[in-house]
Amino acid sequence: MKLNGAQILVNCLQNEGVEHIFGYPGGAVLHIYDALDACDNIAHILVRHEQGAVHGADGYARVSGKCGVALVTSGPGLTNAVTGIATAHMDSIPMVVISGQVSSAVIGNDAFQEVDAVGITRSCVKHNFLVKDINDLANVVKKAFHIATTGRPGPVLIDITKDTTIAEIEFDGYPKSINMRSYQPEIKVDAGQIDKAVALIMQAKKPIVYSGGGSVIGNASEVLRSFTRNTNFPITQTLMGLGAYPATDAQSLGMLGMHGTYEANMAMHDSDCVIAVGARFDDRITGNLDKFCPYAKIIHIDIDPSSVGKTVAIDVAIIGQVNDALNALIQALKDKKLANIDAWWKQIEEWRSVDSMAYQTKSGVIKPQSVIEALYEVTQGEAIVTSDVGQHQMWAAQYYPFDKPRRWINSGGLGTMGFGLPAAMGAKLADPKADVACVTGEGSIQMMLQELSTMLQYNTPVKIINLNNGYLGMVRQWQEFFYEKRYAMSYMDALPDFVKLAESYGHIGIKVEKEQDLKPALIEAFKQKDRTVFVDILTDPSENVFPMIPSGAGHHEMLLAGRDEMASTNDEGLHLV
Amino acid sequence: MRHIISLQLENESGALSRVAGLFSARGFNIESLTVAPTNDETLSRMTIVSIGDDNIIEQIVKQLDKLIDVVTVTNLTATEHIERELVLVKIDVDPSSQAEIDKHIDEYGGKIVDVSEDTYTVEVAGKSQRVNDFLEAIDALKILEVSRTGVTGVCQKREY
Ligand SMILES: Cc1cc2nc3c(=O)[nH]c(=O)nc-3n(C[C@H](O)[C@H](O)[C@H](O)COP(=O)(O)OP(=O)(O)OC[C@H]3O[C@@H](n4cnc5c(N)ncnc54)[C@H](O)[C@@H]3O)c2cc1C
Ligand SMILES: Cc1ncc(C[n+]2csc(CCOP(=O)(O)OP(=O)(O)O)c2C)c(N)n1
Ligand SMILES: [Mg+2]
Repeated sequence: MKLNGAQILVNCLQNEGVEHIFGYPGGAVLHIYDALDACDNIAHILVRHEQGAVHGADGYARVSGKCGVALVTSGPGLTNAVTGIATAHMDSIPMVVISGQVSSAVIGNDAFQEVDAVGITRSCVKHNFLVKDINDLANVVKKAFHIATTGRPGPVLIDITKDTTIAEIEFDGYPKSINMRSYQPEIKVDAGQIDKAVALIMQAKKPIVYSGGGSVIGNASEVLRSFTRNTNFPITQTLMGLGAYPATDAQSLGMLGMHGTYEANMAMHDSDCVIAVGARFDDRITGNLDKFCPYAKIIHIDIDPSSVGKTVAIDVAIIGQVNDALNALIQALKDKKLANIDAWWKQIEEWRSVDSMAYQTKSGVIKPQSVIEALYEVTQGEAIVTSDVGQHQMWAAQYYPFDKPRRWINSGGLGTMGFGLPAAMGAKLADPKADVACVTGEGSIQMMLQELSTMLQYNTPVKIINLNNGYLGMVRQWQEFFYEKRYAMSYMDALPDFVKLAESYGHIGIKVEKEQDLKPALIEAFKQKDRTVFVDILTDPSENVFPMIPSGAGHHEMLLAGRDEMASTNDEGLHLV
Repeated sequence: MRHIISLQLENESGALSRVAGLFSARGFNIESLTVAPTNDETLSRMTIVSIGDDNIIEQIVKQLDKLIDVVTVTNLTATEHIERELVLVKIDVDPSSQAEIDKHIDEYGGKIVDVSEDTYTVEVAGKSQRVNDFLEAIDALKILEVSRTGVTGVCQKREY
């Protein structure tokens, strides 16, 4: 069959099982849009900004586990998409981004809407391609999906010149398989490493499992549960791992790291055997590297060899899929006797009784933590919660215990304000039956507001929970602690009337100013199954996120709410963010 | 420590910039980098010399391996290997210094590849250290121009 490049591309996408594309048209992709229009089994979501397209595809991928797809035009279309691509890259999200490029004859001439897409995105994609020859197109698409979804997933960019989309060839079908000598993502777990790990695990008197985003990506919830059940080990999870293991389970110590629980961080600090599962020892976790896990032997399970030993020296590295590695450990530990860890659990329960998540209520003001608790109650813990970036993100992570994976959707690695709303739209499209809440702040929401319009057009009802503290709160908190309360540019003197704003976009707006109105407003919002509701909640502007490990400190030096009101840092800490 | 890392990569446009970009983005140091096609026209060979402690070199090797275009990565320094570098030096010669320069060229197995009225262009090949020594032996004031290829190398075993 003779097809043009655009038609071949659409054919390839159909063969990949793509059902949703988030995109925005322009000159370089008009042929692709023409072909897409003629195809009735791929839905196209016309966003209002290309960053929204990529975050939308990202939220869709995180919830569904499938590969997200975005389509943007050359030049400004691509540059607008870059923040979204970098966001997905930092959190290892499978995604294919297709960008138009000027015709190959004029590449390099500073042609209209030309940017070096492959050059600009090189450091924030798993891989990228420039397609200048229609004969390469189908193979490149096959490779792109293969690379994006296997091994450690990540975004792949396909930049296609306009002439490629116009040219015609006899198309003999989408390749069935692809073999790349330079890319072998499936690594078999090494039996010798398993033996070494087992030896450490058997001796451990103070073990802890530290699980991360890899347990979500690798769909490892079940195996993770078997492992902790069989061993009776405590488990803590990173911000990216939340939900892979049920937060309400007795063996769960909650999140660790900068804003993690006292029990999780103290247990990490005192542990003699840390089992890291799909986690990358990020600086939000380790704090001061010199003070990190001083007594522990560390076992690290990860699919990406470069994650191992990158920031922290490891004792045993198990390279492979989380599921394979944990299954091998479970098998090898079957008839082994583990050390008694009753004393360890007793110690952990003592730390737990400190109740580090307690916060002080004040009459007359709505505490942001209480909003999240109410959200949990009203949704019975069953909602998909997306979040923006800031204090509200931390409170959502701390006060909404996730029991299932792929329900907590946030930008952890890049920390991209503006992520929450388009991600919620993508989440709703991936799981139309679920209640979707977007927890945001008055700062973040203004970065991607325009997507409210897209959400009306495609009927993706979500509940926007705006923790409106009037401040760029996370910035304000750092200024309070580390810059002697000099609040430089963290206050916005002018804010829109969010209720009217929601209404002007065709949605419902509710403003909550008093504590007693909070729950009824949330109940009302979630009753509106088919409508997007913007709940603007005025929260305590002076509240801070606790517990907190100040930059430069160790896990055992964390600060607790009401007990250590004022944080401080050292010179070394001031150099960190 | 100084390490020589040898890569085979897909002979595709952009592969070189991926490697170079990785080094600058991650703040890895590059002493020299050479790249050229091989007997297999689908592959290029790249040789990189970098200086770093063992942890950094391990990260460099892993990060290179992670690049989709990279087919193999070998740290030559960790095995028996041969390294070579070639330099072309343009040297100011006058009757008073000629004998001395000839002596050095001889001593380092150099070759005079071009002669003009008052200059030699000399080629010296060998380990980088040998090239360094040669350049040091020549009076600095007499050196007009230096162009080094950077190190290339192979592992001595039949296969690795
Ligand atoms: C304001 C703010 C505050 C933050 N505070 C905290 C905090 O207090 N605590 C906290 O935890 N984080 C915090 N973060 C998030 C932090 O920046 C990192 O994003 C996060 O800690 C990384 O999580 P992770 O280690 O689970 O790695 P991820 O980024 O999720 O990486 C996953 C790892 O698993 C591996 N992997 C992927 N798939 C598989 C598989 N199938 N099998 C095996 N391995 C696999 C990958 O190679 C990678 O190494 C904060 C972020 C922001 C924006
Ligand atoms: C795009 C982007 N710009 C700047 C920042 C730095 N930053 C992190 S949190 C924050 C404040 C967020 O304010 P808001 O959305 O109101 O949330 P709050 O902290 O008040 O809950 C800022 C500016 C960022 N993470 N992302
Ligand atoms: Mg705010």
